Amino acid sequence: MMIAFTFYLFAAIAVLGGVMVISSKNPVHSVLYLILTFFTAAGLFVLMGAEFIAMILVIVYVGAVAVLFLFVVMMLDVDFVRLKEGFLQYMPIGATIGLVLLAEIVMVLISRSADITTEALSHVAQPTPEGVTNTEALGRILYTDYIYIFQAAGLILLVAMIGAIVLTHRKRPGVKRQVIADQVATRPEDVIEVKKVRPGRGI
Amino acid sequence: MEAGLLTIGLGHYLTLAAILFTLGVFGIFLNRRNVIIILMSVELMLLAVNINFVAFSTHLNDMVGQVFAMFVLTVAAAEAAIGLAILVIYFRNRGSIEVEDINLMKG
Repeated sequence: MMIAFTFYLFAAIAVLGGVMVISSKNPVHSVLYLILTFFTAAGLFVLMGAEFIAMILVIVYVGAVAVLFLFVVMMLDVDFVRLKEGFLQYMPIGATIGLVLLAEIVMVLISRSADITTEALSHVAQPTPEGVTNTEALGRILYTDYIYIFQAAGLILLVAMIGAIVLTHRKRPGVKRQVIADQVATRPEDVIEVKKVRPGRGI
Repeated sequence: MEAGLLTIGLGHYLTLAAILFTLGVFGIFLNRRNVIIILMSVELMLLAVNINFVAFSTHLNDMVGQVFAMFVLTVAAAEAAIGLAILVIYFRNRGSIEVEDINLMKG
């Protein structure tokens, strides 16, 4: 009973948050509603018993991705009101395609979900071990059976990091930068000049 | 779908994920000119996919779904970083982020 109430509450908040993400006028509000949606999704993951994914969702999405969105939205000086023009122009086709898609997915779910569940139950690849926490169970298979994919995920993040730096880095003219090589290569003769000054006269 | 209204089963989570995914698709159509909202809609769709993975994983007692959800999260983070970087340099070059302006490559 309590679980059902929690599920419906969280599901309603998640759907409302999703609606507000795509319909609010200010992109900053959109990002904040996106954070709300991710938080409630994390709550649903805890409800399902996947605590580790829930915490990762909060850390990665709310802590990194959403903040990245927030920074970009605030850094770009865009006239968002003008971008909002033609908002209703695409409403009919968007609503049509969205409703058709939703109807299709729900129809497949209703007609086939019992078959899917029984068929999938006979093909369980990594049964959840009894008596260990979710994090430990995940770590046991992530660092053994899926170690190569795990390393590949690390490589993907490395490539993304290098790519983002290379793309956004720019050399602005007129900015004085420290050049270590020049500093090291400097000799005393280059920078110190000894002048003989006669008394009573300037240089 | 065997569960009733008060016992939360797999079908409930799948329906929620379907609604969130549809909202993502709808958001792409609704905000045809604003790339930032489109990227957020993609994140929403990826979240729906993750809900599906985790729901199946916990209901079938199979850990692989959660492992895969983690990799989806990784790829989503990388995609957001690269996408926003491209957006920033595009804005730096053109001074706008309207999708309708992005046709220089004429692919």
